[in-house]
Amino acid sequence: MADSGRIDEVAVIGNTDVTSTESENNIINTMVERGTSLLKKMEINVAEAEKRTGKNTVNMQETYTVYLIEIRPAETVPEGETPTAPDTLWRRYSDFELLRTYLLVTHPYIIVPPLPEKRAEFVWHKLAADNLDPDFVERRRVGLENFLLRVASHPVLSNDKIFFLFLTEEKGWREAVLETGFQDKVDSRIKSLSAMYRVKNPDKRFTELKLYSDELNSVISQLLRVRAKVADRLYGVYKVHGNYGRVFSEWSAIEKEMGDGLQSAGHHMDTYAASIDDILEEEEHYADQLKEYLFYTDAVRSVCRKHELIQYELEMVAQDLIHKKQQKEDLTTGTVRVFSLKGMTSKLFGQESQEQRESRLAALDQSIREGEETLKEKNTECQEFVRTACEDIERFKEQKDRDLREALISYAIMQISMCKKGIQVWSNAKECFNKM
Amino acid sequence: MSVTAPRCMASSGQKPIAEILHPLSGGGDEQQQQQQQQQQLSVTVSVVVGGDKEASLTNGAPVETPSPASTSSLFNRLQLDDDPEADVRDPYAETAETRDLFVTVDDPKKHVSTMETYITYRVSTKTSRVEFDLPEYCVRRRYQDFDWLRMKLEDSQPTHLIPPLPEKFVMKGVVDRFSEEFVETRMKALDKFLKRVADHPVLSFNPHLNAFLTGKDLNKRQGLALLTKVGESVKHVAGGYKLRPRPAEFCAMGEYLDTFNQKLGTIDRIAQRILKEQSEYLTELREYGTVYSSWAASEEELRRPLEGVGGCVATCCGALDDLGDGMSQDFLPVLREYVLYVESMKNVLRKRDQSQAEYEGRLEAAILRKQEDRTPMPAEVEKCQDKVECFNADLKADWERWQSNKRQDFKQLLTGMADKNIRHYEKCQAAWESLLTVLQDKQAEDKTHETN
Repeated sequence: MADSGRIDEVAVIGNTDVTSTESENNIINTMVERGTSLLKKMEINVAEAEKRTGKNTVNMQETYTVYLIEIRPAETVPEGETPTAPDTLWRRYSDFELLRTYLLVTHPYIIVPPLPEKRAEFVWHKLAADNLDPDFVERRRVGLENFLLRVASHPVLSNDKIFFLFLTEEKGWREAVLETGFQDKVDSRIKSLSAMYRVKNPDKRFTELKLYSDELNSVISQLLRVRAKVADRLYGVYKVHGNYGRVFSEWSAIEKEMGDGLQSAGHHMDTYAASIDDILEEEEHYADQLKEYLFYTDAVRSVCRKHELIQYELEMVAQDLIHKKQQKEDLTTGTVRVFSLKGMTSKLFGQESQEQRESRLAALDQSIREGEETLKEKNTECQEFVRTACEDIERFKEQKDRDLREALISYAIMQISMCKKGIQVWSNAKECFNKM
Repeated sequence: MSVTAPRCMASSGQKPIAEILHPLSGGGDEQQQQQQQQQQLSVTVSVVVGGDKEASLTNGAPVETPSPASTSSLFNRLQLDDDPEADVRDPYAETAETRDLFVTVDDPKKHVSTMETYITYRVSTKTSRVEFDLPEYCVRRRYQDFDWLRMKLEDSQPTHLIPPLPEKFVMKGVVDRFSEEFVETRMKALDKFLKRVADHPVLSFNPHLNAFLTGKDLNKRQGLALLTKVGESVKHVAGGYKLRPRPAEFCAMGEYLDTFNQKLGTIDRIAQRILKEQSEYLTELREYGTVYSSWAASEEELRRPLEGVGGCVATCCGALDDLGDGMSQDFLPVLREYVLYVESMKNVLRKRDQSQAEYEGRLEAAILRKQEDRTPMPAEVEKCQDKVECFNADLKADWERWQSNKRQDFKQLLTGMADKNIRHYEKCQAAWESLLTVLQDKQAEDKTHETN
């Protein structure tokens, strides 16, 4: 997936008999662009995973996995010299989650890269559902590294102080995050939901984006689900062929001239049956690439929701201002609006004095002035949001097109490799049959 | 080519083993086989008393119906036979007045068929006995039949001395079986035999004689008789069959067939299971392809690549479909044919075993009999032995042929299976490779656009 920046760590997805052009392509079209932002300055990778046990917040023993993050200044190493030792620290998954939440809140107009899944989903094989399963841990390690690299290469996010601390400060990081008080900025669910239904002038760009994001989410979910079923079935097909191995071996025992050919053909059938394990393991990488974009859709949706909220608030402020101005006008012109409380009370209790009116007017004026200020602020906020969000959306779209095409290419390469293996095995078997 | 003993017809190389009649079905030797065939064609020897039309045996041999002249000649002959000379010769002969069963053997005729050449004699009967439906009969019988009759009489009347028959075995090349002299001599002897039997107060009432004279289902009873006779010997040998197992080489064949059959069954089951799994895989794969296509609809830049992937998957589905069809049409049926082949081979082995059992049973019985009354080795036993030997030789030759064919057939079958799978993967690979070119070209295009 993501390139750590070092040539030797280019992730060639699964396929070992990749041609030089294909390999070139892989390097050129890495998920994350080299030489941008933070990655200009440092190399980041998540090197290892380790199991730890400790007491959690409710004072209970738990086992968890920690990941080792290495950082190294991005410098060319002169010939013959060993690169400088990296700075390292350990983080667990919940630390990553905290970081991400912080980034989401602090940069609401940015489509924040997703984390790898917390629990294994869309599994085709029951064995893969275990969180402590080494294959799952390994894939998560890769996913976490990818996350860090994506953030580090983002024009906005890479400059975030907390992110920098995440990579450099092991001990005091959590406190630093909490000190920012970002939790206060978290919008309540209810607020954002109500905003969704009450925005009067929704921005078409964002509604379309939201729609697209939902569609993408749905289609990728479906794809992953069906892919898991396909993998399961394919596994069955390959494994049943293994039975040929056994029966050919037994049969060869009662044959004279046919025996050798049958026996060796049987071995090839065993090879064929065994080959599916690696094939499907490789395909998991492809599934992970799809999953990343599945989770990305959540980030896109939250940007859209934030926009709705801002829009809604803007509309509220504008509404409020109009209302106040109307009030002033009423007061000035002495218009009594039917069904207004003021009108009723004045009717009931008599007209108010000039003094009272004047003080009320002054208060209103003040309020209007404040309202206008707020409106200006909100407008600016909204415009700013829209500007930055649209920028990021564009960036995201390009990234998505690039990445997914790359994923499809590597998928095609995987399929070709699988076909070649199949042809090889059956050709070998055919040779054996011919010798019968 | 099989090795055949000169006299052995039953298992000649011209006839496939499987078509040889089961010995217990009455085809123990060629004569009985012939009569079995006659019986199977369900033709009774029709006897027409009077009339010119000639009834014929199923093998085309005409039966000379007694013309009025011959009827009288019968009488004449009877009359002639009633000469004192005959009476003197035959102590059992009753006086002409009291005798109510008159038999004559005459009119020898040569019959030529594809299988053999032999002589039949006319056996004429005149009687007033109630055991006979008609007063007169005229049948054609050959030596075999007389032999049978004698055998039957011996069995059913062990206390009586049964008149002898002329010598059965004739040395070929020494004596011409078909010379007039020989035939005449034989005929007379047969005639004498029959007359003595007919004149015997006890033997003449034997139902076998009745059958013989009237041309009734000699075969069926013969078959049954054979059955009982063989039944005894089989009983005798049934324990004996166990005592004397198959010769090692046939044992090995049997074992091989059993194991081979088992393996065929397993392979069939595996192939079917694969087809089932592939079919389920195909169902999922089809849906998988459609998801890519529907995704393509909501994309712009990615539309072509996604449609391409969807198309590839669809192509693979088609290829998989073809593979499945090929396997179920070409592979499975041939496999199943071989299961039947194995079954029929096993049947042949069983027949061989039964033939051997019969032979051994008869041999034992014959040996016992030989010890008792010094009768020569019956022809059937020798014929049985011949049959068994032919059977064995033919079976061995057939086995080799079968093994060789099996090897060729399975080589072809399995390489065919490999070919089908190779073709399937080739089709899939081609589809993905062409997609890859398109995707990568587009990518290169984009790259150059970006740098520009």
